[in-house]
Amino acid sequence: MTAFADPARPSACPACDVAPLAEQIAGSAPTEARLMLAVPGIHCAGCISGVERALQALPGVHDARVNLTLRRVAVEADLDVDVDTLCAVLTEAGYEAHELDPGVLAATEVDARGRALLMRLAVAVFAMMNVMLLSVAVWSGAEGVTRDMMHWISAAIAIPAVIFTGQPFYSSALQALKAGRLNMDVPISLAIILAVGTSLYETMLSGEHAYFDAAIALCTFLLAGRYLDHRTRANARSAAQELAALEVPRALRLNGQVTETVGVADLAPGDLVRVLPGGRIPVDGVVTEGTTELDRSLMTGETLPAAAAPGDAVHAGESNLTGPITVEVQAAGRDTDLARITDLIAVAEAGRNNYTSLADAAAKLYAPGVHIISALAAIGWFVATWDLRVALNIAAAVLIITCPCALGLAVPAVTTAASARLFRKGLLIKNGTALERLAQVDTVVFDKTGTLTDGAPEPMGLDQFDAQTGGIALALSQGSAHPLAAAIARELTAQGVRPVQVDDIREQPGFGVEGLWEGKPVRLGRAAWVGGGEAVGTTATYLRIGEAPAQAITFTDTLREGAAELVAGLQAQGKRVVLVSGDVEAAVTRFAARIGIEEVIFEAHPAAKAEAIAALSAEGRRVLMVGDGMNDTAALAAADVSISPASALEAARAASDMVLTGGSLAPILDAMATAVSARRRIKENFTIASVYNLLAVPLAVAGLCSPLIAALAMSSSSLTVSLNALRLR
Amino acid sequence: MDVLGILIPVSLGLGAVGLAAFWWLLKKGQFDDPEGDAHRILRDDYDDKPK
Repeated sequence: MTAFADPARPSACPACDVAPLAEQIAGSAPTEARLMLAVPGIHCAGCISGVERALQALPGVHDARVNLTLRRVAVEADLDVDVDTLCAVLTEAGYEAHELDPGVLAATEVDARGRALLMRLAVAVFAMMNVMLLSVAVWSGAEGVTRDMMHWISAAIAIPAVIFTGQPFYSSALQALKAGRLNMDVPISLAIILAVGTSLYETMLSGEHAYFDAAIALCTFLLAGRYLDHRTRANARSAAQELAALEVPRALRLNGQVTETVGVADLAPGDLVRVLPGGRIPVDGVVTEGTTELDRSLMTGETLPAAAAPGDAVHAGESNLTGPITVEVQAAGRDTDLARITDLIAVAEAGRNNYTSLADAAAKLYAPGVHIISALAAIGWFVATWDLRVALNIAAAVLIITCPCALGLAVPAVTTAASARLFRKGLLIKNGTALERLAQVDTVVFDKTGTLTDGAPEPMGLDQFDAQTGGIALALSQGSAHPLAAAIARELTAQGVRPVQVDDIREQPGFGVEGLWEGKPVRLGRAAWVGGGEAVGTTATYLRIGEAPAQAITFTDTLREGAAELVAGLQAQGKRVVLVSGDVEAAVTRFAARIGIEEVIFEAHPAAKAEAIAALSAEGRRVLMVGDGMNDTAALAAADVSISPASALEAARAASDMVLTGGSLAPILDAMATAVSARRRIKENFTIASVYNLLAVPLAVAGLCSPLIAALAMSSSSLTVSLNALRLR
Repeated sequence: MDVLGILIPVSLGLGAVGLAAFWWLLKKGQFDDPEGDAHRILRDDYDDKPK
């Protein structure tokens, strides 16, 4: 928290008191920045404390507050505090962190729609309870002037309340009518307006029946449905927007011999950009100076770092691993491949929104039917009695009693119950219709690296090294930040090996590490560079001591927890399982054989993955995609339904319908079972609502439907539907 | 029946107070991070002055 000088504090130095005041008058220049980080891995109270303590311990940081719902942390810090330091501190503390561009996120930071809905719901509940209280008095026999007074007070509460709380329905109905369509909100709005209108008319003529309570109860139940619906989608923010916030916002531009920090937006083709080891490449371009290795896994899914030398093309989003390079910009900003993937996702998402949920399908049948019945009832009664007042009353009663309170709750109640259940099992549902779609899945496509595997290469056979060889390997691997070297160093340290004295350790970017041990040259790195040995076909690095033949250190991907069980379980259910990966053929087929998957697609770049999904969909398959990387995001968005693990990139998680919150893949099987039973419950709810309508509509058309009966019928159908949703197992 | 003249305004007033309190809490962002708040209450260093 920032401590401000108390202006009332008397001081020996008058100028000191004036100084802060002068600052205030000058418009108080901002003294702190508000930074936003995505911390995807946090999930519990311990994580909240861990993240906040780690950040607050930093000098210059005033406050850090985690928002667990959004998996973000907001940091208030001095202007000179660097976001990269914050991310580094969190990574060290064991939490993966990414910078988010607060400007891009500003629109989604506060859940304005959720707040507005909640506010309207609160007003509706308040009004409903008070109007119901008055209605009970009328129903239990208030007569004459007392009844009229009750009706007038009800009107005074209900009319403003209905005008305010019903706005989401009115505006949606208006839009539908403008577009020449009918949706569920049209009968809702019409029912509310008719109910309030006829009730007001009746009250003025001191009639017996007023439907104010029904009108406001309608608003309440429907708003409750809307809010439940909104809550289950609260985390579903646009993947494209998250991606935009993830793009590298700054770059080091070479200006003669000096470098300057500029925004990526200011880069133009032809500029020279310096990228330091550990940095992300901000543009598409060509290396003009320096050699290094690039981590392309973000774009291609390939686990092996790729060498880059002058003349090689590099792309935005790749990480520079070992050496500083200079890149000549060819495309920046919207023209990069990264931006093109973003566009792919936006297109694919728009395609998925064409999915018609059960609720929408029901509304399409329902809305015209209700209008026709109520219009027929009104015409019939008008012809029979030549009394417009009676005819309108009947029409209002039909609209109220058929009004889809139960239908409005049928889907949200079930999906909310199912999400709560699955969340406890470790699966977060972000999209309201995801469960419905998951229930229909018959093909499951997995990404390999980071999804079925943990994503970290693990060296094999290191325990066969003698202490000396191990010591040399450790000393050399500690001299590099390369992921393979880091894995070796981690493993050897865990085995208790102590590094031996190796002098002159130098990293040759793109090749490996070398040094002098007891006067003999020792090298760890690529087969060709190390020399004197045979290259093996798998992911490996090579160690050569003096003139002895090089030894290969091979790597394996570790299987993610629950992966084997999941694949076996899916196959037992008769689902088609496909493995798609950006990795090379040998690595993919070997892995597929190990886990028991027969269909594989290898060396697939991001667009190819999305195309593979589209091809399966074209065959009439319902596809579930499980993936974690930037290269999977387009495929995740293209699939009928998608799941990503918590360790996935924020963009991939944003593109998915569901996110695994734990490390295990096992909850996916649970989710599929729950989805099937949730779909069954939704259909049951529709049946309940229909049966109730079949019973109630004739009553209303016959003119037997008093406000008391309407209120009872409406509430009981809504309650039945909600209770049925709770039966979900 | 005269008592209604008191009871109806009283019940409306109490409801309005609750509504106003709810509106204020909503504005203050008390419902922004329900998941985090559920966990925060279990912490040892419980912050009783959240921002």
